[in-house]
Amino acid sequence: MNVFAVAVVGILGTMSLALVRAFLGPTVFDRVLAANMFGTKTVLLIAVAGFLTGRPEWLDLAIIYALVNFTGTIALLRFSKFENLASDEQLK
Amino acid sequence: MTDSLRELAVWACLLGGSFFSLIGGIGLIRMPDFYTRGHAASITDTMGATLILLGLGIHSGLNLITVKLVFIFLFLYLTSPTAAHALVKAAYSKGLDAPEVQEATGAARAIRNEARAAARQGKGS
Repeated sequence: MNVFAVAVVGILGTMSLALVRAFLGPTVFDRVLAANMFGTKTVLLIAVAGFLTGRPEWLDLAIIYALVNFTGTIALLRFSKFENLASDEQLK
Repeated sequence: MTDSLRELAVWACLLGGSFFSLIGGIGLIRMPDFYTRGHAASITDTMGATLILLGLGIHSGLNLITVKLVFIFLFLYLTSPTAAHALVKAAYSKGLDAPEVQEATGAARAIRNEARAAARQGKGS
């Protein structure tokens, strides 16, 4: 039995649990938390699936996903805190 | 001998990483309020991601793939605590309290909001 297949199943289970929280989550912050966790697990899923299919070049995609996920989370949080992505208010 | 030992280490790391990821996912569903859910989500970012990437690194040996894995590890290790911190801080500054805190100090939030409003007025004038 392939260990990468087991890890892929575990990561997919975690991603579905995070999706459940993103649908349930009473506040917007719960949804952002679940979406952020989903993105991190996507990075790991791409990395492990690359090894599973014998194509470790997929790690490049995983690096890009890690960066985009972080930027997206911070942008969402700025929006939810200031209700604006680039206002003058926050500079004062 | 060393090959089977390496295989064993890969198994242990990947299974441990999957285990911690699943634990964090279950915690994300079962924890009672937002701040404890943040704690559950953070453990998947630290233990889960670290162990899985370590397992992949042991499997690949020392080459360009390991360098990429180290880059992913560094990005995740720097960004996910930052994201968790920013998230909890945004929730706190929006006035989201844990249920226990709300029950214990119902007046505390009103006092805080009043102080904030006063500070804002002082800054504006």
